[in-house]
Amino acid sequence: MGMTIAEKIIARAAGLPEVHANDIHTVELDFLMSNDGTTHLTIDMYNALKHPRIADVRKLVWIVDHNVPCDSPKTAASQKKMRDFAKENGITFYEGAGVCHQIMIENHVVPGQLIFGADSHTCAYGALGAFGTGVGCTDYLYGMVTGKSWVLVPETLRFNLTGALSNGATARDLILTIIGQIGANGANYHAMEFAGPGMASLTMSDRIAICNLCVEAGAKTALMEVDDITMNYLAAHGGRRPEACFASDPDAKFEKVYDINLSTIVPVVAKPHFVDNIAPVSECTGVRINEAFLGSCNNGRLEDLRLGTSIIKGKKVAPTVRFLVVPASREVYLEAMKEGILDTFMEAGAIVMNPNCSVCWGSCQGVIGKGETLISTGTRNFKGRAGHRDSFVYLGSAATVTASAIKGEISAAFT
Amino acid sequence: MEQFTGKVWLLGDDIDTDIIMPTEYLALKTINDMCPYAFSPLRPELAAQIREGDIIVAGKNFGCGSSREQAPEVIKALGIRCVIAASYARIFFRNAINNGLLLIENADLVKDVQEGEEITVRAGDSIRYKDKTYPISPLPQNLLDILEAGGLVRAMQRLNGKV
Repeated sequence: MGMTIAEKIIARAAGLPEVHANDIHTVELDFLMSNDGTTHLTIDMYNALKHPRIADVRKLVWIVDHNVPCDSPKTAASQKKMRDFAKENGITFYEGAGVCHQIMIENHVVPGQLIFGADSHTCAYGALGAFGTGVGCTDYLYGMVTGKSWVLVPETLRFNLTGALSNGATARDLILTIIGQIGANGANYHAMEFAGPGMASLTMSDRIAICNLCVEAGAKTALMEVDDITMNYLAAHGGRRPEACFASDPDAKFEKVYDINLSTIVPVVAKPHFVDNIAPVSECTGVRINEAFLGSCNNGRLEDLRLGTSIIKGKKVAPTVRFLVVPASREVYLEAMKEGILDTFMEAGAIVMNPNCSVCWGSCQGVIGKGETLISTGTRNFKGRAGHRDSFVYLGSAATVTASAIKGEISAAFT
Repeated sequence: MEQFTGKVWLLGDDIDTDIIMPTEYLALKTINDMCPYAFSPLRPELAAQIREGDIIVAGKNFGCGSSREQAPEVIKALGIRCVIAASYARIFFRNAINNGLLLIENADLVKDVQEGEEITVRAGDSIRYKDKTYPISPLPQNLLDILEAGGLVRAMQRLNGKV
């Protein structure tokens, strides 16, 4: 029987010729990424072991990105613990360089790998044809100590894409629309695989945005085939070579197949307090906002910033709005500086911040108060996610967020 | 077969990890320090009302969102005996089992049960509420082994005495 991409990657990691959905296998992990959200907890558990050891330190990548720069003595202490441990043990360590998933994609991930990240949006690595999945710190510790873990082979939902995005819609509008269609648990325990002729029109940045958000439909991972766009990205980022390039076999078993014509996608927002609470932007125009956020591992790349400046150039942020612009990594920040993108945002009155998770995770920067409303390119709009429990978060594309920041209310970028 | 009875706290669909343990309290030093703030965005009074041995019953997609392990840890620390939900988000599911928190999947109980009522759970077999019985499927053996050891770290130590 044929295999899906997810099955092929797990078979490789398990050292088996063939695996199939719903089998449980022990797998060798290629990377284990962890950030300052939970690493201090992993270290505490590690230190409590009778005979602590790291199976292969080359597999570990630790990234401080959630509270950068540090906002309190408590987080300073937990980051120091992480920094000291990384240094003592020779663990690859980043601090202040950007959001963990963007750093992993720019520097480490290659096609065919199986990667655990102690962060739910690890599924973003599917944009490079790698199986990334989020775990908690206990699973992380087990992988750190043994180099291995167990996985339940997921069934696959296949999304066949045709056509090209138009109508001012972006890849973010596409994935939000899909989440709205299948629901916040529509892909629970599943892999979401994207394929078809429409893929050729999607940039690497688009692909990362799509895969990154799949966990908001409950997915275990997201996967895409490797093509010229993938290979060009790897060549431009250190000339990394794939471990293996997989495509699903023609007779692979998909639990469900969705056909989506990209040209039918329109700009949408996710309304409070659920990512699957989707409506066209046109139905939400006029909702007053207090803050706008352009950034995150989902939508803080150069292409998103360029899209924002194409809308805001020569205009001003509404006086009632704080507009936070947060490039996803140092690489993105440097490029944005060279292109004059940061000048454009600052001249318009935006607040340009250092690369980090920022208000997307509701701590450190830009949290909102009681009764306030945020429109965000971040990953979630759960109740209280961005600050006070009685506040409101709408999710939209870089274009929608920027247009709304100018108008002071939710607004379509292109009409 | 293990059997226990507990009082029900009833929650809805899509109870996310930011509701179970909001970001702003994650910097607190211990899980016990976080306990009073569990579920606070949704029901600020709930954590103080939960007693040892109580049971949470919820709808679909319980634990969706972040990979933060403080979510199942805080539920366990509050004394919750088990969670019974129509379905679970997968990272939360793994984290709960890894921390020795029993999860049961049942989609019918949440439709019938009232908050404050008592239910009886026969592990791996069924739930009893009033005069109705709700069958449940046992977890796969590898997960039962982890639960039985008291979580993944202990299971790992048992597998390999050197760790």
